[in-house]
Formats: sequence, C-alpha cells, structure tokens
Amino acid sequence: MEVIQDTRPLIALLAPFVGVVGIVWAGEKRANLRETITLLTGIFQASVVLSMIPLVLADNVIEFHVWQIFTNVPLLLRVDGFGITFAAVASVLWIATSLYSIGYMRGLHEHAQTRFYTFFAISMSATMGVAFSANLLTIYFFYEMLSVSTFPLVTHMQNKEARTGGRTYLSYLLFTSLCLLLPALSWCYVWLDGGAVTMDFLADTGKISFFSSHTQLVLLLLFTFGFAKAGLMPVHSWLPNAMVAPTPVSALLHAVAVVKVGVFCVIRVYSDVFGIDLLRGLDGERIMIWIACATILISSLIALSQDNLKRRLAFSTIGQLGYVVLGATLATKQGMGGAVLHIAMHACGKITLFFCAGAIFVASGKKYVSQLRGLGRKMPFTMGAFLIGSLSVIGLPPLGGFISKWYLALGALDGGYFWVVVVLLVSSMLNVFYLLPVAVTAFFRDRDEEEDEDGKGMKEAPWQCVIPLTCTALGCFGLFFFSDVLLQLAGLGH
Amino acid sequence: MFGEDGGLLRELLVERFNYCIYVVLLLIGLYAMIAKNNLIKKLIGMSIFQTAIILFYVSLGVKEGASIPIYKPEHDPHGHHAEDHADHKPKDANASSSASADAHDDHHEVQALTDEQTRQYANPLPHVLMLTAIVVGVATLGVALAVVQRIYRAYGTIEEDEVMKAIMEESQGIPSTKGSPKSKKGASKKRKAKKA
Amino acid sequence: MSENSIALIFACPLFGAVLCTFLGGAKRALCHPVAVVSLGGALWGGIETLRRVVASESHEISYLLGGWTLDSYPRGVGIEFRADLLGTLIMLVVIGVAFLVALYSKLTVSEETPEKEGPFYTLFLLQVTGLAGICLTGDAFNLYVLIEVAALTGYGLIAMGSARAAAATFNYVILGTIGASFYLLGVGYLYMKTGTLNMVGIQEVIVQQDLADSATMQVAFVFIGLGILIKMAFFPFHAWLPNAYSHAPTSTSCLLAPLVTKVMIYVMIRMTLTVFGVDFSFEETLWTKLLPWLVVVAIVCAATMALAQRDLKKMLTYLIVAEVGYMVGGVWIYNYYGLVGSIFHVISDACMTLCLFLGAGIILRKVGTSHFDGLKGLFRRMPLTMTGFFVGGFSIIGLPPTCGFFSKWYLITGGMLAERWEYVVALLFSTMVMVVLFFRLIERIHLAVKESGEEFGHGHGDLDLPENETRFDEAPLSMLIPLLLSAAVVLLIGIYNQDVVNLVESFLEPLNLPKGTDR
Repeated sequence: MEVIQDTRPLIALLAPFVGVVGIVWAGEKRANLRETITLLTGIFQASVVLSMIPLVLADNVIEFHVWQIFTNVPLLLRVDGFGITFAAVASVLWIATSLYSIGYMRGLHEHAQTRFYTFFAISMSATMGVAFSANLLTIYFFYEMLSVSTFPLVTHMQNKEARTGGRTYLSYLLFTSLCLLLPALSWCYVWLDGGAVTMDFLADTGKISFFSSHTQLVLLLLFTFGFAKAGLMPVHSWLPNAMVAPTPVSALLHAVAVVKVGVFCVIRVYSDVFGIDLLRGLDGERIMIWIACATILISSLIALSQDNLKRRLAFSTIGQLGYVVLGATLATKQGMGGAVLHIAMHACGKITLFFCAGAIFVASGKKYVSQLRGLGRKMPFTMGAFLIGSLSVIGLPPLGGFISKWYLALGALDGGYFWVVVVLLVSSMLNVFYLLPVAVTAFFRDRDEEEDEDGKGMKEAPWQCVIPLTCTALGCFGLFFFSDVLLQLAGLGH
Repeated sequence: MFGEDGGLLRELLVERFNYCIYVVLLLIGLYAMIAKNNLIKKLIGMSIFQTAIILFYVSLGVKEGASIPIYKPEHDPHGHHAEDHADHKPKDANASSSASADAHDDHHEVQALTDEQTRQYANPLPHVLMLTAIVVGVATLGVALAVVQRIYRAYGTIEEDEVMKAIMEESQGIPSTKGSPKSKKGASKKRKAKKA
Repeated sequence: MSENSIALIFACPLFGAVLCTFLGGAKRALCHPVAVVSLGGALWGGIETLRRVVASESHEISYLLGGWTLDSYPRGVGIEFRADLLGTLIMLVVIGVAFLVALYSKLTVSEETPEKEGPFYTLFLLQVTGLAGICLTGDAFNLYVLIEVAALTGYGLIAMGSARAAAATFNYVILGTIGASFYLLGVGYLYMKTGTLNMVGIQEVIVQQDLADSATMQVAFVFIGLGILIKMAFFPFHAWLPNAYSHAPTSTSCLLAPLVTKVMIYVMIRMTLTVFGVDFSFEETLWTKLLPWLVVVAIVCAATMALAQRDLKKMLTYLIVAEVGYMVGGVWIYNYYGLVGSIFHVISDACMTLCLFLGAGIILRKVGTSHFDGLKGLFRRMPLTMTGFFVGGFSIIGLPPTCGFFSKWYLITGGMLAERWEYVVALLFSTMVMVVLFFRLIERIHLAVKESGEEFGHGHGDLDLPENETRFDEAPLSMLIPLLLSAAVVLLIGIYNQDVVNLVESFLEPLNLPKGTDR
C-alpha cells in the first residue's frame, strides 16, 4: 500500500464552503443562480471524489495533513476504500438531491430557502470530513459539525412540531456524543503513555488490547452508543423525530448522510480501532450482535404499524442500519464487507423511497399510507420508482440490496452464527410486509369517490422531482450489475 | 513552635495573647458583616474586621525592648557619625569619603548591620505593609459609603431587608421591558417624590 | 523600549487613566480613544513581553522597580515583577480582553452612563492595571494590594449601573473585603514563618527550612485558599457574583465577567504551585482529598441554577460560577493534565465568556431586555451578531474546534488519569446542562415558533412576527467587530491550541506533577 499526498480530499471538503459563499451571495432574490451554484458545487464535489477512485483501486491511500490538534494527533484526512465508497455514494446522491430540492422547495413555496441550501452544503462538507477522517479525533470533529449543521434543517418548518423534533434530535445526538463518546475518546487518548497513541486508524489498530477485557467491552459500548447517529436501539428515537424536516433533508441526510455517518463511524471503530481479530476474541461481542438483531426486528415491527409514510420509512431505516452494525459486529471479513456494501445499497434504495414520499407530498399533499389509493395511476413514474426502491431494500435480485444482504449472510455463516441468518430472513419478510403494501395500495386499490373529487387535478410531481427519483431507482439496478468496483473497494474483490 | 511547658490556656493567654485579641475582633467584625441588617453597621463590622488584621500584623513586628525602626546615629551606614563610635565594627578607612558615585565605592560605603545590632530594632516591614493596608481599607470604606448613599437615594432606606423588599417589588412591578436606564431613573424619582 | 515592555503594560493604562480623569469634564468624547490607545500600547507591551519570555532561557524575566536588588536572603526586599510563562499568558488574555471591550464600549458607555465617560474609563483602565499587575507581580503582599485595586475599581464600575446594581455592589464589597482580608491574614502567617514576602523567596525558604509540617503554614494555606475561593466566587461563596454582573452596565460586565474570576483562579494556581509549592499544597494538606468533592457540588449546583434562569445575563453569570468549578477541580485533582486543562481553560473561558457577554450586550441594546422572551427570531434581524454569539455558546458546550472543547478535553483526561471519576461525571453533567441551555437559546433565536401550532408540513411562508422585527437590523460596527473578533479568537485558540498548550506545558514540566500514565 502506498501513501500519496494530495489536496483532493481537502478540496472535496472545502468545495461546499465555497458553494455556501455563492449561495448566500445569490440569496432569495436570485433563486435560479443560487440553485445553479448548489448543483455545480455538488457536481464538482462528486467529480473530485470520483477522480480519486482509480488511485484507491490501485491500492493506494491518499492523505492530507490539515493541522496538528494535539502534539501527536493531527487533523488528518485519509482516503481509503471504505471512506471513498461512502464519500462517492453521498456526493453523487447530493447532486440528485440538489435537483430534487429545487422541485420540492419551489413546489411547496418554502420559506428561508437560502438557509436551507446553506446548511445543506455545510452538512455535506461534514459528511465528506467523516468519510475521509484518518483518526478518531478527526472523525469526532466532523461528527459534531454534522450534528449542529443539520439542526437548522431539521427545524426548518419553525413550528411547534419542528421545535419538538429538533429538541429530540439534538438532545439525543449531543448527549450521546458528549457524554459517551467524549469520555471514550479521552480514555483512548491516554490508554498508553500520552505520547504513544495517535488515535490513527492505521497505526493503532488493536492497541486497545492494552485494556482488560471488561474495559474493552465498556469502550465498545460507549463507542457504539456514542455514535447515536447509527440509530441502534435504544438511542434511535431521534430519527423518526427528524422526519419533521423537509423531505430532501430526510432523503439525503436521514437516509444517507447522517445515519450512514453513524454506522460508518461504528464500522471504523470496530474494524480499525478494535480490529477484527480483537473483536472476535472479545467475550461481550455477542451482546452487540443481539442488540443489532433486536434493533432490526423491533424496528421492522414498529414500521408495520406506522401510517405516516415518512415515519414508516424512518423505522425501516433504523432496521437497515441495524444490518450494517450487525455486519460489523460479526467480526468477519465478509461481514465487514457486507456492511460497507449495505451502506451504498441501502442509500440508493432508501433515498428513492424518500424522494417518492416527497414527490407524492408535493403533488397531492398526502403523507399517509392509507391515503395513497389509486395514486399509482396518477403518478406512474413516482410509484414505479417506489416499487423498485422497495424491492431493493427488501433485497431481491437483480437489485443492489440483494448483494449486500448476501454478503451479510455469508459473514454470519462464516462467523458461525446460524441464527443470525434466520434473523436476516425473518426481517426481510417483515420488510416485504411494510414496504410492498405501499406500492400495492397505490397501484391496485381504487380510490373512493369523495377522494376522487379532490384528486381531480392531481398529476405527476414537478420534473425536477421525477428525474432524480427515476435516476436513483435505475441506480438500484446499476449497483447490482456494476458491483465489481464496490466489492473491490469494500475489500471483497478478487 | 509551641511552648514546652504549660497547658493550652497558658499558651493562649500568655504567650499568644495578641492572637486572641485579633481573633476576637475578627469574629466580631465578621459577625457584624454577616448578621447585621443595617448597611452602615455592616460597614462598621468591616472596619473592625480590617483593624483586627492590622493589629495582627503590627503585633508581628513587635520585639521586647526594641526601638523603633529608625537608624540610631551610631548605626547609620550613610551618616557622618558612623566612624566616630568605638564599638562600631571596623570598616574601610575611606568609607566615609562618599563623594564618589562610583559603584565600587558604593559597595564600600554601605555598611550592613550585624545580627546583634539588627535585634535592637523592631521589624519595620509589617508597619509599612499596614500603612498600605490602612489606605486600602479607607478606600474600601469610602467606596462602600458611596454605594450605601446610592442605595439610600434609590430605595429610601439602609435596612437590608427593606432594600430587598423594594427590589422584589420593583422586579415584579416592572414587566420584562425594563432595561433602558431612563425608565429606571424615572421610577426612582417617583419613589423619591412619594417619600417627600 | 523592549526591555521595559513590562513597565509599558502598567504605564500605558495608568497614564491613560490619569488622562481620562482630566478629560472627563470638558472633552468627554476623547476618553474612549484615549482608553483604546493606551490599551493598545499595553497590548503591544504584553505581546513583546511574551515574546521575550519565550525567547529567554529560563522562560521568565524579572523586572525590579526603583532600582532595588534581590541579593539578600531571604529574597524579598524590593518589589519584583516576575513574568513567567503562566503569568504572561494570563496577563495577555487580560489586556486582550480589555482591549476588545474598550473598542466595544463606545456606544454603551455614552448611552448607559451618560456624561460619565471620564470616571468610567478612569476606573476601567485602573481595573486593567490591577488585573494585569496581579498576573505579573512577584510579591505576595503586592498581590493583595493589586487585588484590592482591581476590586475597588470593580465596585465603582458596577455601581455605575442602575440602583439595583448598587445594592448588588454592596454585597460584593462585603464579600470581596472578607475574601481579600482572609488572603491578607494568610500572607501574615506566611511572612511570620518565612520572613519574606517575595514569592520565589517564600518557596525557597519552605524548601530549605523544611516547613512542610508546620501548623502555621497550614493556617496560612487555609486562609489564603479561603480568601481566594471567596474572591473567585466558588460555589458556596458565589452569592455576590450573579446580581453584580447581571445588573452592571454592559461594558462593565463585559470586562469583569471574563476576567475577575479567571485572574483569581490564576492566583490560586500561582499560590499552590509556585509559592507553597507542589509538595506542600498537594501532599501535606487535606485540600486534594476534599476539594474535588466540593467542586462536584459546585458544578452541579451552579449548572442547575443556571438552568432555572430566564434572563440571559443572569444565566451567563451562573455559567461563570460553574466554570469556576471546572477550573478549581482541574487544579485539585492533582494531575498534570488536569492542570494543563485548568490553565488552558482560564484562557479559553475568558475568551468565550467575553464573546457571550459582548453578544448579550448587543441583544440588550437592540431589544431592551435580556429576558429570554426578547430573543425570539433574533437570527433574522442580526445573523452576524448571532453567529458570533453562537460560537461562544458552542465553546461553552465544548464543541470542536472551539477552544472550549480542548480545555474540556484536557480536564476530562486529567480527571480520568487521576481517577477522580466524580469530577468527570460532574463535568459531563454540566456539559449536558450547557447543551440544554444553549440550544434552548438557539431555538428561540433561530426558530421563533408560532404559537398557533400548525400541522406538520404546512409551515410555509413567512413568520407571524411584525415587519419591524424581521427586518435586517445588524448591530453597529463598533460593537459587531469586537464580537466577531472575540469569536474568531475563540476559534483560533481552539485551532492553535497546541501552541498555547506547549507554553503551558513548558511552565508545568519542571514541577514534576503526577501524570497518571505510568500505570
């Protein structure tokens, strides 16, 4: 493995900030210019990220040293296979979301759109930062930045519900990160002599074995629940509450960026701080598997009972995040790889579903599953995409979701946890039960007569909404057929 | 440091009598500052409190049979009498020819006192320190009296509980739009007018 | 010029103060520029001093007033000013903060205390002289005098506010005098035993004559410690602080709130580390066992009381009390990293408290009240001001990369290494409280929630605030620039924390404090 010094990680990180300057400068008065700038920033960022993929595929890592935090801990950006997978997914989907936001925000005549685009861009910068972090402290910096910069987005509506949602959102995320994560980090920082630890993912893997196994377990728990963005039960309730945000925010941030940052951090800690070998030897590691499995099943059951479409999707997300954490806790190579893959696959599927939910809301003002009867005929593209997204999340071939679930199952068998495979199967069944009825209702149930009255003028959502969701739906197919690159990046390639 | 014979009582009353006095004064002052209701009485307590400390310091410098810390003529290293005294420590012959401002000559000129001689003087430093402390005390008292005056003008009383009551009423009576100094002034003027 | 940079630190504000007294009558308008210029001079002197201290081999320089020498034993005749790394750093913070507040004060002084610019700036500059002197003096008695200089001018500055402020000042006078007198008493005992007042001299005598187990020393330590704790508003003795600072004129609270308590923490560190010495302070007294628990009580109580406040300035004053608990705890957990954290927190807390008080001052001026109700929707009116204010808030919470994160990091690390878990838990508890406090504020400032309670998803269009409250209405530049500068300093100290911490470490390294890593 070769280390290349390059500024590209930093450019990807700072591009949104340059964009923010343009966005604020353009302001509400020049809305077209503002949104063009957003789109261009997204395209620029994605192309920078994608341009690094060939280098990483050739078994290099790209590093950029920003500044020295402590004597031995720098703010270091490093691009490796895992990081770039996540960064590429997030930045490409940002382009789609930017386009989608235009349709959504204009369609609903939202207020304070400049603020919306500004904080959206800052959140993306923080996401890139997490993806490219080379040590625990760097990751913590960007993690906190993401928590704070998404707050104005979650509370965008500025009504009572937004206030309640925002409170839950922040209190969960900040309490866990400040009270669980920060002590765990400090503890790790001083674990040997102050000089020996760099908290670096490459250099310090497994050094944690210095502690007794009880302490290791405590640290594992502190880290797993400290990164509450991973949505593991019982620190999951911020996510359904964050659904008060406008749908583009729910789509990109609360199905892709924020939650994936959480599981990304968890995987980082599991694979690069503890290390697979150490994790396997740890007595209490089974506890984590149980918690992950419980999260998967319970959240799926809750999702069944939700009538609000966005809330149903939120609980579905919690369950899917459970898969990722489960893959990491299995402590096998294929489990880890499956977890990484699932970040990408689920991102593509779930963002499609959210786009559709938003498009339905823009076009018809409906947000409950029971109101969707007959909508499939009015909005064929949207509901078609919704069906594809559902199938991908459920994990049927030839869609992306199948591959990641396959590797997760392989990882479980590899680790000797047969019952985990059963859990995976049962939860897939539950996925079918809570996702498919939405599409079925839309396509095959006829509308009531009085509903027909107010649905007269209803038609497909604005084109800015339909194009992105069609693209992401096609992406679900694409990920299945062109999964080689991802497999290789996730360390599963040949 | 404690006396080798005799009990605690002897030690307290005889050997360390000065400490007893200052502690009693200190406590009186502290009591007045904390427990008294009248602001002026509190200030009187404060003065007693400070005086107790001054006494403590001054008593530190006391030595039995010692003179005030001003050079006796025979000890004055700069004085012209220095070489006249027979019991004086011998020194360089040209020490008194102090015309030269040369550093080398200076060194010869300044004559350190022996320990024996030093013991004849009381320690001057605590007294000097207390001069400063007295100045500080007076300044504090002055500021405090000015503040009391200000309180009296505003609330028409120097009893602490009444001042607190007036403050409570004020904070309840005036809604959250207080803040501008003008309205404050108006309120206090009104109160004065009422008094009159 | 450069050799006298220490003298410049005192001479500039002192001269400015005299000038302001004379200008106070006819040429009141000149007072503000005089104050700014003289503090600018002092700032230059301070930076120059720091440069010289860092450059010098022993990392300290001594400045003797009036041609006295220190040859005698015990060292102590003559008034010495000693600039070591610790004192110089804190002094620089004092002067820097004062400089920003002086810039900021132009409008508030002429509005809140009309026609009193002369006295105000005189007291202001004397206050700065006193505080800077505390940081640099090398003489224990001189320290008392300077503490009183700072206190007396502080009384005057606070009492310039409303009548309510005068009532608060009276309590401050009483408690402040008790504190300072206790300190003086302790110094008396110290002098009794060691025969000198010079700080270095006292330490030398303690080591050479092995005074560690002397009862007199214990008494001296208790009196000095108690006095300083009262002066720094440590929790049970905090009663004077909230009212005095929240009712004082804006510029006064901006100057005093960040500095006075922090400088007293500095005095405590100075006394424990370099006057009584590490061995005596930490090994021979009960304070190491006792104080961390008191600190826990202090932090928890102060944070809880802050939670109960509905007034911005009042809330901030309780935060100061809680932060004092942090720093005292950092000292008395007796760990190298705890002390690094404590000293770094003195610096960073001064900056972030300044930032918050400057912001609160602007809010008070614009809205007319600092009550929480007045904050509604302020972000729309003054986004820049509020951004600066938020930076201070994030720093208090301890979010990276603000300086508050790093000081908290070192404090937590120190607590863990010293295995004082109760202190770590108290820190985390107070962090949670700060999160609640500040996001409650941010919520009001940013959201301005409609009380009609609309259904989710339809909150479009504009807010139901009257037109004049949503208009873009930024603070005047003379107030905005200092606020943004202080916010920038909060960020810069965070980003360049390593440079500051290196200085602190080269001060602490020779003291052989336990690091707790040699398990």
